[in-house]
Amino acid sequence: MSEKILELKNISKSFSNLIANDGVDFDLKKGEVHALLGENGAGKTTLMNILYGIYKPDAGEIFLEGKKIDISSPRDAIENGIGMIQQHFSLVPSFSVVQNVALGLKELGIIPDLSKVRKRIVELSNRYKINVDPGAKIWQLSAGEQQRVEIIKLLYVKSKIMILDEPTAILTPQEAKGLFETIREMTANGASVIFISHKLKEVLEISDRVTVLRHGKVIGTVETKGSNENDLARMMVGRDVVLKIDKKPSHPSKPILKIENLHVIGDKGIEAVKGVSLEVKGGEILGIAGVEGNGQRELGEAIYGLRNYTGNIFINGSKVRSGDVLERIKNHVAYIPQDRKADALCGGLPVYKNLFIKAFSSPVFSFNPYLFYPEKLRKPAEKLVKEFSISTSSVDQEVKFLSGGNMQKVVLAREIESEPKLIIAVHPTRGLDVGAEEFVYNVLLAQKERGTAILLIAGDLYEIFNLSDRVGVLYEGQIIGYSEPDESHIEEIGLMMAGVKNEDKI
Amino acid sequence: MKIKFEKKSTKPSKVSIFLSSLISILIALVFLGFIILSLGDDPFEAYWQLVSWAMGTVPGLIQSLVSMMPLLFTSLGVLIAFKMKLWNIGAEGQFQMGAFAATWGALYLFPNIHNPWVMIPLLMILGAAFGAFWGFLPGIMRAYLGVNEILSTLMLNYVAIYWVNYLTYGPWKGPGSYNFPITAKFPQSAILPQYGSGGLNFGIIISIIMAFFVLYLVKYTKFGFHLEIAGDNLRAGEYAGVNVKKLIILAMVIGGAISGIGGMAEMSGVLFRLQPNFSPGYGYTAVIIAWLARLDPIATIVVSFFFGVLLVGSQQLQLFMQIPSSLINAFNGILLFSLLASEVFMRYRIKVVRS
Repeated sequence: MSEKILELKNISKSFSNLIANDGVDFDLKKGEVHALLGENGAGKTTLMNILYGIYKPDAGEIFLEGKKIDISSPRDAIENGIGMIQQHFSLVPSFSVVQNVALGLKELGIIPDLSKVRKRIVELSNRYKINVDPGAKIWQLSAGEQQRVEIIKLLYVKSKIMILDEPTAILTPQEAKGLFETIREMTANGASVIFISHKLKEVLEISDRVTVLRHGKVIGTVETKGSNENDLARMMVGRDVVLKIDKKPSHPSKPILKIENLHVIGDKGIEAVKGVSLEVKGGEILGIAGVEGNGQRELGEAIYGLRNYTGNIFINGSKVRSGDVLERIKNHVAYIPQDRKADALCGGLPVYKNLFIKAFSSPVFSFNPYLFYPEKLRKPAEKLVKEFSISTSSVDQEVKFLSGGNMQKVVLAREIESEPKLIIAVHPTRGLDVGAEEFVYNVLLAQKERGTAILLIAGDLYEIFNLSDRVGVLYEGQIIGYSEPDESHIEEIGLMMAGVKNEDKI
Repeated sequence: MKIKFEKKSTKPSKVSIFLSSLISILIALVFLGFIILSLGDDPFEAYWQLVSWAMGTVPGLIQSLVSMMPLLFTSLGVLIAFKMKLWNIGAEGQFQMGAFAATWGALYLFPNIHNPWVMIPLLMILGAAFGAFWGFLPGIMRAYLGVNEILSTLMLNYVAIYWVNYLTYGPWKGPGSYNFPITAKFPQSAILPQYGSGGLNFGIIISIIMAFFVLYLVKYTKFGFHLEIAGDNLRAGEYAGVNVKKLIILAMVIGGAISGIGGMAEMSGVLFRLQPNFSPGYGYTAVIIAWLARLDPIATIVVSFFFGVLLVGSQQLQLFMQIPSSLINAFNGILLFSLLASEVFMRYRIKVVRS
C-alpha cells in the first residue's frame, strides 16, 4: 500500500493572467483513495485535466511507477492506465450502454462484436456491484446511472488510476453510498482513486489521504485518520495575506430584507436551499459563510428573482413574487452574482452599454422607450468610469477585453448607480487581485454607511470577518447557526461549516 | 507542425468587416466563374451580360428594383431575430403566408370594398397578421418549450408553401386560368399604385420606408436595446430585468409581420395573383443578405439591391447564353460559406506552430 504509483512534481499552469496551478506536488499510492480538496477555482480540476492530457502544463513533470511520462492527450492518459470521469459525462445519449463502452475501444476492429462487450460489462458489474442495464439507452438513465456507465468504461479498459471529479455532486445520498462501495471495491482490487471534492464529510468518509489546494497552491497533505472537519475547513478557506479593513460600527435601522422558510430547487433537481429564514437590516452587513455548494448560489439567485422558490421574501416590508427580477430592480435591489461574466455582463457590448443594461428596469432612470439614444449614455458612463476608476481604453471598449477586476467594477458601478436599498453580493471578490478586492470592500462598506442592507455570501472567512456585522453559516441549504465576525470565533464557525451545530458542542 | 487558432484580443474594425464582405463576394464570383467556364462559356462575358442589362438599362434597373423588394422585406424580417441570435429562417413561410392572406382578403373577404384607401391597408394588416402568426408559433415554442427555432421555422416554411399549393391547385383555382394553378386576378382596388409599365410600384417605396423603420426599432428603442443585450448574453438580459421570453416572441412576431407585409406587397404590387412557386426562395436568400449587411438595416437596402441585380441578371444569362439561372443558388451557397469563413479570419489569428 505504500508504493507510489503516480507522482506529479512542481506542476504549474496559468491561463493568460490567472495562475491556476502554482508548483503543485501530488502523489498517489497504490490502492488508496487520495482526496483533492479545495474551493471552486482552487485549481483541482485544472490539475487533473493536466494529468488526463487535456491541458499541457507550463512546467512540471509526471512520473508513473517511477518512470517519467509525457501525456499530451487523453488517449495517452488512457494508454497509461489513467482514466477520468469528468463533471460532464462523455456519453452518447442515443447509444446504449454497450455501444458507449465499445466506443473508442481499439481491439474491436471495424465491425465490433458487441456481444463480447456486453458479456464483459455484466461480469464487471457483478464483480464491482455496479447495477446497470447494458441494453439501456443513455438518455433513459438517471445521472447516477450514467455515472456508473462511466465507471464501467474505466474498469473495462483496466484503468489503474481513476480520477473522479466531484462525483457526488449529482447523486442522492443513497447513490453516493453505492458509489463509495464501488470505490472501496475498486481499491481493494488494486486501483487507485483520486477523489475531487469540496465536501468535507465525504472526503473524511472515503479517502485515505487528503491534499488541500488553495489559489492553485498545495496547502498541505494530511492522513485522513488524524484529521477532522474543522482542520480541513480551515485549510480550505484560511488565508496568508490578510487585508485589514477599517470597519466602523454599524447602526442598523429597520429590516430591509426578510426571508421566511425559503426552499429552492437547484440545477440538478435536488433541493439546494432547505428552509432558510433570515433578516437583514438597513446599514448592516450580514455575512453568510459556508463551504461552497451548500446552497449559496441558489439562495442569492432566489432572493434576486432569478430562480423560483417557495416561502416568503419581503423587501422593505412588501412581499415580492417568486422569479420576478424586474420587481426586485424596481425595489432598489442590487445583485452582484458569483459569475459576473456569465450572469451580469454582455461581453460583446461596449462598457458604456453594460453600465446601463438596466436603463429600462431601474427606477432611477426615465428613458423614453420609444425614442432612446444609446449615444447619450456615453457621458454618464465616462463619469462612472472615472468615479469607479475602471481602467479601460474608452467607454467603447468591449467588456470581454477588460480584466476581471475591471469587469467587477463595471458591475459595481452599475449596481451602485441604481441607489440600492439592498445589495446581494455572492463571492464578490472571487478571482480578483488584492487591489480590486480592497476596492470592492470599500464600496460595500460605503454603501453600508449610506444605510443599505447588504447580504454578503462568501466562502472566504476573512472576507466575511472584514466586512460583516453578523455571520450566519449555511450548511446543506440551512442556516446552521450565527456567530460573531471575529477571528476568535473561527473555531466555532469552522465547526458549523462542517455541519456541527453550536449546541452539539460540550 | 500544427495550425493554431488564436483569438484576437480586439474586435474587428469596420474597414476589415467591409473588406471581408467584399472579398467573400469576390471569392464567390471566382468560383462561379469556374463553373461557367466548365459549361463552356466565357465568365467575363457572362458577368458583363449580367450587369449590363440589370444595371445598365432602364427596364433592367426597374426589374432589379422590383426583385429587390421581396428580398428587402424578408431580409429585414430575419434581421430582427438575428440581432437576438435567434436563427429565424422562416421568412420564406412568413412571406408566403402574407401573400396568401392578401389574396384571401382581396378575392374572398372584402369583395365589396372598392376603395383602395381602405382595401390596401386592410390587406397589409392581414398580411402582417398572418406573417406574424407564422413567427409567433416558433417563437412561443422556443420561449416556453425550448424548441429549436431553426427546425420549427424551416418546417413551417413547407407548411406555408404546401398550403399555397393546395389552394392554388384546388379551391382557389381561378376562372379563366385554363386549368393552370393560379387564382383570379386581384381587383383594381387591391393593387398598389404602379408607375409606368415596367413593374415599378409603390411596394418598393414601402420596403425602403420599412428599412428605416427597422433601423429606428433596433437602434433607438427599448426593444432594440433589449435585443442587443439578450443577443449578447441571455442570462445578463434576465439579470437586467428583461422579460426574455416575451422578447423572443416579440422578435419573431415583428420579423414575421415584416416578411408577411413583403408577401402582401409582392401580390398587390407585382403579381396580382397567387400561384405556386411564386417565390424563388426570397426568404432563404434573405438569410445571406442579412449576414452580408452585418444586420444593418440601411446596408440591407444596398445588399438587397445587389441580389436583385443578380437575380435579374441570371435570368438574362439564361435567355441569351443558355446558362441555367439556378446557378445563382450555387453562388448564394458559396457566398454564405466564404462569409462564414471570413468570420473565422476576422476573430482569430491563424498561426503555424512547429512542435
